[in-house]
Amino acid sequence: MSMDLSEFLDVFLEECFEGLEVMESGLLNLDAGTDLEEINTIFRAAHSIKGGSAAFGFEHISGFTHVMETLLDELRNGSRQVDRETVDLLLASVDLLKEMVEGLADDQVPDESRIAELKTALENALKTDSPTTRDKATQEASPTPEQTSEISCWKIRFAPCADLYREGNDPLRILEALAELGELTVVTDSGKLPPLDDMDPTTCYLQWEATLKGDITEEQIREAFIWVENNCSLEIHPMETKPDTTPASAPVASVPSSEPASPPIVEKKPVAATKETKTSRESSSIRVSIEKVDLLINLVGELVITQSMLNQVGASLVQQGGPESEALLTGLAQLERNTRELQENMLQIRMLPISVAFNRFPRLVRDLCNKMGKDVDLVLTGEQTEVDKTVLEKIGDPLVHLVRNSLDHGLETPEARKAAGKPEQGRLELSAQHESGNIVIRISDDGAGLNRKKILEKALENGLISDKEELSGERIDNLIFQPGFSTADKVSDLSGRGVGMDVVKRNINDLGGTVSIHSHEGQGSTVVIRLPLTLAILDGQLATIGGDTYILPLISIVESLQIRQENLQRMAGAAELYRFRDEYIPIIRLNNLLGNSGGTHDLEQGLLVVVEAEGQHAGLFVDRLQGQQQVVIKSLETNFQQLDGVSGATILGDGRVALILDIPGLIHLFHMKGNQPAALAVAS
Amino acid sequence: MNSNTAQKTDADMQPEQGTDQYLTFCLAGEEYGINILKVQEIRGWSEVTPMPNTPDSILGVINLRGTVVPIIELRSHFGLPTTRRGPTTVIIVVKAGDNDGVQRTVGMVVDAVSEVHNIMNTDIQPAPQIGDAAERPAVAGLATMQERMIILLDVDELMINGVLNLTSGKTAA
Repeated sequence: MSMDLSEFLDVFLEECFEGLEVMESGLLNLDAGTDLEEINTIFRAAHSIKGGSAAFGFEHISGFTHVMETLLDELRNGSRQVDRETVDLLLASVDLLKEMVEGLADDQVPDESRIAELKTALENALKTDSPTTRDKATQEASPTPEQTSEISCWKIRFAPCADLYREGNDPLRILEALAELGELTVVTDSGKLPPLDDMDPTTCYLQWEATLKGDITEEQIREAFIWVENNCSLEIHPMETKPDTTPASAPVASVPSSEPASPPIVEKKPVAATKETKTSRESSSIRVSIEKVDLLINLVGELVITQSMLNQVGASLVQQGGPESEALLTGLAQLERNTRELQENMLQIRMLPISVAFNRFPRLVRDLCNKMGKDVDLVLTGEQTEVDKTVLEKIGDPLVHLVRNSLDHGLETPEARKAAGKPEQGRLELSAQHESGNIVIRISDDGAGLNRKKILEKALENGLISDKEELSGERIDNLIFQPGFSTADKVSDLSGRGVGMDVVKRNINDLGGTVSIHSHEGQGSTVVIRLPLTLAILDGQLATIGGDTYILPLISIVESLQIRQENLQRMAGAAELYRFRDEYIPIIRLNNLLGNSGGTHDLEQGLLVVVEAEGQHAGLFVDRLQGQQQVVIKSLETNFQQLDGVSGATILGDGRVALILDIPGLIHLFHMKGNQPAALAVAS
Repeated sequence: MNSNTAQKTDADMQPEQGTDQYLTFCLAGEEYGINILKVQEIRGWSEVTPMPNTPDSILGVINLRGTVVPIIELRSHFGLPTTRRGPTTVIIVVKAGDNDGVQRTVGMVVDAVSEVHNIMNTDIQPAPQIGDAAERPAVAGLATMQERMIILLDVDELMINGVLNLTSGKTAA
């Protein structure tokens, strides 16, 4: 059985993580105020994790969740008040549960003692209030006698739909589950069984009637049927009479050949309200593997290329004139519009709201504040801003780092804030919005801001700048993104984890984005992250290098300029430098670096494209520039392998392949190889 | 892009048990064969976009209906002198799989394709050991057809281990 289930394990894990996220955010909302719907959501999430893990046989998870569920149930029916301790306990349980689920993937079970410890804590919490709870529970529950466990005998009529087996359900398992609850007597109704010749072995013809004795709640019985709820007609009736009652004298007379559809559906009422919202949410979206979406996006990318090829052919045909040329032009224009729209909508599918990345912060900020004795109000805005899934996955860690930084270095303790004449509660704002084809994320706090004097001292100390340099405030602030820079006075528990701001910057640059910081001493600082909406498309500058067309990512380009002889400098023989706004930048001869001997070698004949990568400027020497266009990124690794200095390839409007240059990679390559052949060419 | 998909023209010659079909092609007067199941298509010569810092035998990449496919010059890979591309020069696009089951599409430039032969497995003899056996690991065996020797190549070995050097652990996406 476990073999059969293994292929569903991934789905199960994914659902678990989603459920845990729901629980966590729900619990954090409970802090603010008690909302019954919120508790219900948490309860449902816990319940499905429990059900799923039980089906897979992960007893340590289902057992643990069961205790949590009981506690949640008490919160739900109001017999227990929501207080901070309970929420803390549940949050800790969610954490542990997350670890357990993560452990499933690599067959690790977290520390048994920790599980036991928390479980006991949960059980204790259940016990402490139990006398009052019980009283309350019985009082409140008294109008609905079915809910209480006073009834010791239940009559269950289970008439599954014909496709029960095809849905992958086994009635025997359900009955076995019932048998575990108490003393079970089952009568099988085989009245609908057709003659053997007409029988379809995958159809379910049987119905069952069962009597269950024991101290059992209706909830428990329904749980056994949880997987088939929608596939059967189920009647559960309490039997107040003596345990010996025979099925015949039960409230519902057993009619052997009764239609399975006819029995009352009224029974489902108690859960109907919550069920409805759940199903409507499920049916509004489908789960599709990301590969399928990517395949479609690729295909649409092809379509865009084909369309631009057609456009070129069409344009030349129209120039030759002809009776149909007008119609051709109209058709092509329409095709272009439609393909663009199709492409935009396809890319939309991969987009997820940024709240997926933001969701972890309420918890993080809460925990850190507790630890550091700070009081911070976290404000999230623009959570619905959508961004590509891949970007979203990769932006999480840099964001965590930046938020930690703000809490650790930026925001002061309540006392210090009071002394500075600011409100005691600090404010940390995370916002996201779309700006001209990019997503812009801002992390701003009203803390102390950056200490420019200290940054300058550190930078001098580390040799990042020379003491003669006159730097603007902004430039000083952005020094913190340089490698080998740490603003932390003392390494605390939170900072100094080996991930510096330079890593944050590099991660963001890897995504084709930029990051900068703006700070006002005493008033706080704001980090601005600018990211492309998607990794599938790139704004490119087409350039001719050595006679071939290459694509430079537009985001790295600072400016393009004509080379002027008087600004050219030479250093130590080979290296060529260009004076670019009071700065000497190295000239990288791309034709040599890319092993492309064609094109011009005379610097004054070509153009210099000034780029920025990893905090430094460099001048790329190209023959000439062509237009700018959005290109669909194709991986070289699919059929080949990664190349230094090349981040991918794309297909141009004329059907030819053009390579997309990777600026940091090129600079790295240049440092290793230098301009050696260029120096020779110039010398000759 | 005049891709002439001439593949499996002799498909009506049903292979018998223990027989495989091989597509043969010419390279500097020598005749080579590859298992036809590995061949995706045969297309005419088209302009190739060169790639920086790759061996000479890798000419560059082409656009194969939206897929970026690397192109290998088989002559220079085998150390044969390269010639001008003639009217018969074609690119044989093959599917090569590595040990992890990852399929890669690669094109190889040959002088000309000749025909499809049915070759019995029992008719294939191992290549004689000449010098360093590790030098030519891609030769699967030798067969004789109409008094001519055909060098049978193992496409997976040739492309993945020989030409693309993907087993050097750089990238195994």
